Amino acid sequence: MENSLFQRTEKLDISWCPGCGNFAIKASLSNALTELNLKPENVAIISGIGQAGKMPHYIKVNGFHTLHGRAIPAATAVKATNPNLTVIAEGGDGDMYAEGGNHLIHAIRRNPNITVLIHNNQIYGLTKGQASPTTLISTKTPTQPWGVFEEPLNPIALAISLNASFVARTFSGNLEKTKEIIIKAINHKGLSIVDIFHPCPSFNKLNTLQWYKENTYFLEDHDVTNRKKAFEKSLETEKYPLGIFYTCEKPVFEEVVPPYISEKTPIWKREPNLEKIEEIINLKRS
Amino acid sequence: MNLEKEVSIVLGGAAGQGIQTIEESLTKILKLSGYNVFATKEYMSRVRGGINTTEIVISSEKQRSFLKRIDLLVTFKKGVLNHLKDRISENTIILGEKENIDEEFINNKNIIDIPIQEISKNIGNVLFSNTVGSGIILGIFDCDLELFNKYLEDKFSKKGKEIVDKNIEAAEKGYELGKKILKDLDLSLNIKKNEKINNEIILSGTEAVALGAAKAGCNFVSFYPMTPSTGVSTFLATHSKDLGIIVEQVEDEISAINMAIGAGYAGARSLVTTSGGGFSLMCEAVSLSGMTETPVVIYLAQRPGPSTGLPTRTAQGDLELALYSGHGEFPKIIYAPGKIEEAHKISQIAFNMADKYQVPVFVLSDEYLADTYYNLSDNELETLKKENNVVKTSLDYKRYELNENIVSKRGIPEYGEGIVLACGNEHDEFGDITEDIDLINKMTEKRNKKLDLIKKEAIEPEFIGNETYKNLIVSWGSTFYLIKDALEKLNLKDTAFLHFNQVYPISDSAEKYLKNAEKVINIELNYTGQLGKLLKREFGIEMNDSILKYDGRVFAVEEIIEKIEKVLRE
Ligand SMILES: Cc1ncc(C[n+]2csc(CCOP(=O)(O)OP(=O)(O)O)c2C)c(N)n1
Ligand code: SF4
Repeated sequence: MENSLFQRTEKLDISWCPGCGNFAIKASLSNALTELNLKPENVAIISGIGQAGKMPHYIKVNGFHTLHGRAIPAATAVKATNPNLTVIAEGGDGDMYAEGGNHLIHAIRRNPNITVLIHNNQIYGLTKGQASPTTLISTKTPTQPWGVFEEPLNPIALAISLNASFVARTFSGNLEKTKEIIIKAINHKGLSIVDIFHPCPSFNKLNTLQWYKENTYFLEDHDVTNRKKAFEKSLETEKYPLGIFYTCEKPVFEEVVPPYISEKTPIWKREPNLEKIEEIINLKRS
Repeated sequence: MNLEKEVSIVLGGAAGQGIQTIEESLTKILKLSGYNVFATKEYMSRVRGGINTTEIVISSEKQRSFLKRIDLLVTFKKGVLNHLKDRISENTIILGEKENIDEEFINNKNIIDIPIQEISKNIGNVLFSNTVGSGIILGIFDCDLELFNKYLEDKFSKKGKEIVDKNIEAAEKGYELGKKILKDLDLSLNIKKNEKINNEIILSGTEAVALGAAKAGCNFVSFYPMTPSTGVSTFLATHSKDLGIIVEQVEDEISAINMAIGAGYAGARSLVTTSGGGFSLMCEAVSLSGMTETPVVIYLAQRPGPSTGLPTRTAQGDLELALYSGHGEFPKIIYAPGKIEEAHKISQIAFNMADKYQVPVFVLSDEYLADTYYNLSDNELETLKKENNVVKTSLDYKRYELNENIVSKRGIPEYGEGIVLACGNEHDEFGDITEDIDLINKMTEKRNKKLDLIKKEAIEPEFIGNETYKNLIVSWGSTFYLIKDALEKLNLKDTAFLHFNQVYPISDSAEKYLKNAEKVINIELNYTGQLGKLLKREFGIEMNDSILKYDGRVFAVEEIIEKIEKVLRE
């Protein structure tokens, strides 16, 4: 069941298809926010473009529906401008791994304290069924009529190889586990990447609800601090492991940038330091 | 030989030879000695070798434009004289060692052999050549050697006493040589020193923009390095801790501008710095700023294109790129400061206007303005009030409220009780996606109507000349002083000058000036005459003549004089 604090009360024109996994992700996310005792005005969801990118319109928090692939840079900046906000970057697999792939890689290096939720339906939804970077080999689509031949991107292995701060994968079909993982991701200090498998009944006829149930399992007794082991697990494709693969502690972007080293006031609240500027100008006299 | 009122000194050498170090020390000491100074450089896109030159003009009255004429030339490398042959006249005094003189010039009667290397080696290292060179110039111009010694002490104290002492020795040897040259050549210098100048401020176009941004409360800068824009970010990065500005070098330009817009959404005053190719990558996000009504300031320092063009040269070729950047229709503001003092002021205005109208705002500069510097008095550096338009939200807050104000109030997350939903898709008042015909019309009108308000606040073009004129020269951006000085020297009674510091939207006040002219002539550093085209678009006025240059070099005052004379004779 979805909790009410983050429910939009007015009637919404939700554009997700019936039976889509996005609904379940939304429920897990609102429940996670509730359990974290957050208030709508203290949370911001920064999304890209795609069906997944519409999340800020269906949940009651601050939101910025940005450009395809660009949620992560925008979210990084939102967090740095106001570190008191809980910031979530959200988008589809096309959004985060194709158009925004470069930003994901560099966000891992930069390590802002934000949570990245990737709705991974292994297909492009909004643009009607083209292959995404995670579409499996041989899948036929309207734009890949002879079947995809490219090796799918392994976001989990990629993130672990880059020593990302928090790496997890879950499945929308398991609301409870997804909620728990989202809670841990938000609580984790540093960049948290959560890849969320979810069925797209409209365009992905291969990776159905049933397929995900049969082809995934949740990790048990897994040491999340063991990077080698996590990497090994990330390579499994016979059945895809779910759960938290790896976490580590690293300096956080908005804590190490110079303005925040000794002063914690969010930068948006600060006024220009005219005296200091005058000092700098005075150096130009001699 | 007489050197009156202003002397143009050019130093030439290879990249990595320290011309920039000399430029820095000389301009400082000459200014501290009471001379007005102006400096600008031209350089190649390489780290070592090639030929780079710096022009330093010393003058009695403030002289702020690039001169073709060279009075005193110091060469540190063979090839420099050939490189500058168009600028060398029979009056140019050339200082240099034999091995740095090109064959063509060997018999030039004005060559003075100066044993810089020998002196440096005697002191212990050829590396002291820079200091010897500076010493010579300071000797010729009767500057205070003590000032230079103090400068060297400050600069090299970290490297130890020996290095300081050797540099001071090098300075003294150079200085003596300078005095001797002055005597041997029987030079009569007639440039007045003015005590007031000692205390003035030397700023480059780059520094002026950076400091202006800081005064305006800029607190978030994201960028990907690209010459000639990088200097602004570098400068702010150096002071980021003191000034409370986040300055982040990111993975690419797309990230840079999307970060800046994200920061703006959260309440920062954000800036991106870039040049042509980098800005091309940003265009989609300019449109995001327009649609979501999120302020962002874009410092676009032009260089010649297309593609990577001429990385270190100058041009005014990106006016149309900025003007038409971003898909769809939405207002934007484009400033093009013509002077360093104005760059400082306009970069403050840019943040206030971006904040007030919630639109992308451009500060169009170029390599020439960025790399030029001169001394300024305190009252030339204005500090404007930071205007703040962010509101505290209430529970029923709507980000895109439709009302008679056109510009809806900008709330930001966590400031007040409301929810702030910004959206790059067409949206309703709250920020939710819409396809509703009525709303689409209203939102489109709301966004675009801002342009009328912005236009009312447009900076009026600067008019110089008699009210009764037949010819009107029009220009924009960094060529201001070049044209002004050229016109002063020409002293034409029937020719006036109209300079645009804001190129979009253009103030209506421009129309009467344009309509009053029999002949309008645009002067621009591009091939197609982009301001001319824009003026035609806005006011239906055709340029009667165009003076255009597109070889990557700035106009020299002499060149403008020649070209104006030619155009007016036709
Ligand atoms: C720059 C740009 N290129 C292309 C598009 C078109 N586009 C919109 S959504 C999308 C992909 C959607 O797939 P995904 O990100 O996986 O999200 P989903 O709809 O499946 O949730 C594309 C290519 C766009 N909006 N912007
Ligand atoms: S297209 Fe697919 S992913 Fe998108 S809403 Fe419909 S079912 Fe869900």
